[in-house]
Amino acid sequence: MEPKLRKELNRIIASIIVFFAMMIIDKTGMLPVVFENRLVSFIVYLVPYFMCGYDVVRKALLGIKNRQPFDESFLMFVATIGAFVTGENSEAVAVMAFYQVGEWFQKYALGKSRKSIKDLMDIVPETANVEREDGTVEEVDPDDVEVGDTLIVKPGEKVPVDGVVLSGDSMVNTAALTGESVPRSVHAGDQIISGCINGEGLLRVRAEKAFEDSTVSKILELVENASEVKSKTENFITRFARYYTPIVVYAALALAIIPSIITRDPQTWVYRACTFLVISCPCALVISVPLAFFGGIGAASRNGVLVKGSNYLELMASLDTVVSDKTGTMTEGNFVVSAVNPVDGVSSQELLHAAAIAEGMSTHPIAVSIRNELKIEFPDEKIGETAVDTDNVSGQGIIARADGHTILAGNSKLMEAQGITYQDSLKQTADEASMGVAENEMPDTDTHQISARTVADDGLVQREWMQSENQAATVVYIAVDGHFYGSIFIRDMVKKDAAQAIREMKQEGVREIVMLTGDRKQVGEAVAKELGIDTVYSELLPQDKVSKVDGLIKQLETGGNRKKFLAFVGDGINDAPVLRRADVGIAMGSMGSDAAIEAADIVIMDDDLLRIPMVIRIARKTVGISTQNIVFALFVKALILILGAIGLANMWAAVFADVGVAVLCILNSMRLIAIKRTI
Amino acid sequence: MKKKFKCDIDCAACAAKVEDAIKKLDGVNDAKVNFMMQKFTLDAADDRFDAILKESIETGKKIEPDFSVEV
Repeated sequence: MEPKLRKELNRIIASIIVFFAMMIIDKTGMLPVVFENRLVSFIVYLVPYFMCGYDVVRKALLGIKNRQPFDESFLMFVATIGAFVTGENSEAVAVMAFYQVGEWFQKYALGKSRKSIKDLMDIVPETANVEREDGTVEEVDPDDVEVGDTLIVKPGEKVPVDGVVLSGDSMVNTAALTGESVPRSVHAGDQIISGCINGEGLLRVRAEKAFEDSTVSKILELVENASEVKSKTENFITRFARYYTPIVVYAALALAIIPSIITRDPQTWVYRACTFLVISCPCALVISVPLAFFGGIGAASRNGVLVKGSNYLELMASLDTVVSDKTGTMTEGNFVVSAVNPVDGVSSQELLHAAAIAEGMSTHPIAVSIRNELKIEFPDEKIGETAVDTDNVSGQGIIARADGHTILAGNSKLMEAQGITYQDSLKQTADEASMGVAENEMPDTDTHQISARTVADDGLVQREWMQSENQAATVVYIAVDGHFYGSIFIRDMVKKDAAQAIREMKQEGVREIVMLTGDRKQVGEAVAKELGIDTVYSELLPQDKVSKVDGLIKQLETGGNRKKFLAFVGDGINDAPVLRRADVGIAMGSMGSDAAIEAADIVIMDDDLLRIPMVIRIARKTVGISTQNIVFALFVKALILILGAIGLANMWAAVFADVGVAVLCILNSMRLIAIKRTI
Repeated sequence: MKKKFKCDIDCAACAAKVEDAIKKLDGVNDAKVNFMMQKFTLDAADDRFDAILKESIETGKKIEPDFSVEV
C-alpha cells in the first residue's frame, strides 16, 4: 500500500471510531444539557465530519470557485449539509464516512490494478552497459545509448535497445514481450529485441536503434495509450454521466421545494432530496467500466497480445467474420519439397540438380526449398557457379543457360510456351483427388508425404502418391534441352495449431472464417479443407485482398448500425492496407516489426494462432463484465431513487447505492485483472 | 517538444478537468492527463517548455489540489 493511501485509511478509521464514540454518548443522553441539545450535538458531530471529510469540503468549495460545481464532492457536501439542516446529524457524518471508505477502496483497487499491469509489463530496462573504444564499460541510462554503440548484456539483464548480437551465445527469455515461455537461443549475428531477459551467457550487442525507437518503448507507449482510445461503452458512460448528474440534482431540487410547499413539511422532503444527491454520482460506472477495459487490455498484453484500444476489444467480442491470409499466417511460410517426380530414365538427383541450377541464387522461397532439398538428400552434390545466364519469364518461370544446356523451370504455362510435352501431374492429381479424396476425409498429409518421397522413383506406385499427395502443392516442371525431366512438388506446411485455433474461434461465435491467398485455387482449397476454413478466395493480387475485405464488410452492413464485425489476420508484412481496412486488423509474429505494429489494431507478438480465440474470450469477458456493471449499477440506483422519493430508503441505503455499488462493480472489473496466462 | 511525466491524480473526472485547463494554456500544443496510467504528457513549444510545464502544474493544482507531477 502506498504511504498516501495508508495515511488516508488511518484518518478514516480514526474518524469512524470518534464518530461511534460520539454516537454512543449522544444516544445515551450523556450530553450536557447546557445549551439546546440539538446545537451541541451538531457541533459534536462536526468533529468526525471534518476529520474524515475535510478534503471533500475543500474540493466542493474549489469546484464552486472554478465554476464547475457538479462533481461528486460538491454533491456529497450539499447532501451532508442538508442532513445536518434537517437534524440528522449522525447520518450526515455516517454518509460522509462511508463515502470516504468507498472512495478509499476505489483508489486502492485502482492502484492495485495499475500495479499488476505495470508489473506484467515490466520490460523496461533500467540501465545499459556501453563498451567504450578503450575497452572500459560504462553504465548509462538506456536513453543515452546511441545507434552503433557496443553494449554488454550480462546474464539476467534486460536487453536495453534493439540490436544485433556481435558475440556470445545465450538463451533469452521473451516471455514479457510475447507470452512465450520457452527461451529463444541467440548467437552472433542474430537480431535481438529490447526487453528480452538474457539467460546464462554474456552477450555483446551492437545497438541498432535508439531507446525511444526500440520495441520496448513502442510497446509501452501502445499499452499506455490504449486506455485513451475509448470503446463505445465507455463513451456511452461518459455521455450518460454528463446528463445523469444534472438531472438527478434538479430532481432533488424539485423534490425539496414542490412537495414541501404543498405538504408544509420541508424537513421530510429536504431529507429525501438529500438522498437523491447522494445517489446522483455515477462513479460506479465512470470508474468500473474503463477499469474493465483496462483490465482486459492488461490480460491480453500479459499473454503476448497488444490491443491498441478499448474499442478493438469491444469489436472482438462481437466478431462475425475472420479473414485470414494464408502464407505465413495459416501456414508456416516455409516451403519444403514434398515430392520429386522424375520421368523414366532421369534420377531424382539429376532432376533436383537441374532445378537447383536453374533457380540459381534466387532467394525466392521455392528456389530456397529446392536447394535445401538437394543439400539434404544429396549432401555431396555441388552446384557451384554454373548457372550463367538466366531469364525470368514473368508468370511462367525461369529459362537458364549453363554449360551449353538450356534448363526450363516453371509452371505448365512455361512448358506450353516452350513447346515441351510434359506430364500434367497436377491435372491428374486434381482429377483423382476429386474422385478419391472428396468423399473421404483429407489424407493425413505428413505420413503420406514421407511415403511419397521414398517411393517417388518407383513408377508402379506413382499413381498412389499422386492420389495421396494433396493438392496443396506448388508444382515446378523441369525440362533440359527440350526434354521433359519431371516435376517437383513443393508445399507449405500448415501451422500445427491452425486447425484448433479455427475450431476455437467458431466456438467463440465466429460465424465465418475466410482465407485469402494469392496461390492457385487447388492449393488454397486444399489448405482450407484441411483446416476447416469456410470460404477461400484464391489467385488474388494484393489489391484484390482489400476489395474482398471491403465486400465482406459491406455484406455485414445491414442498416446503418452494425452489430457484427470483421477481423483480418495477417503477418503484417505486406498487408498493411488490408489490416487498415478491416474493422480489426490483427498482425501476427510481429515482434520487432514496426510496420506491423503501426498498421494493426491488435498485435500478436509471436505467431501462435491460438492467441486469436484467446483474445476473443478476453474481449467477451470484458464486455460481459462491463455490461453487468452497467445493468447492476443502474438498477440499484433507479430502485433507491424511487424508494428514496417515497420515503422508503434513507441515506444509508443511498450511500450503499453510491459507494457500495461502486465497490462491487470495481471488484467485478478486477476479475479481469486476475486473468493470468490462459495459454 | 513532447515529454511524459509520472503524475498523481485522484479521479477520472479530475484528470479530464485538469487536462482541459492545461490544453487552454498559451504555448501548449497538446496535453494529456492519463488517469489509468497516472501519466502526464505535455506537448509544448520548445523554447519555453520548462516555463510552460511549471505553469501547467500550477494550473492543475489550482483546479485539483491533489494533482502533482514528478519532474
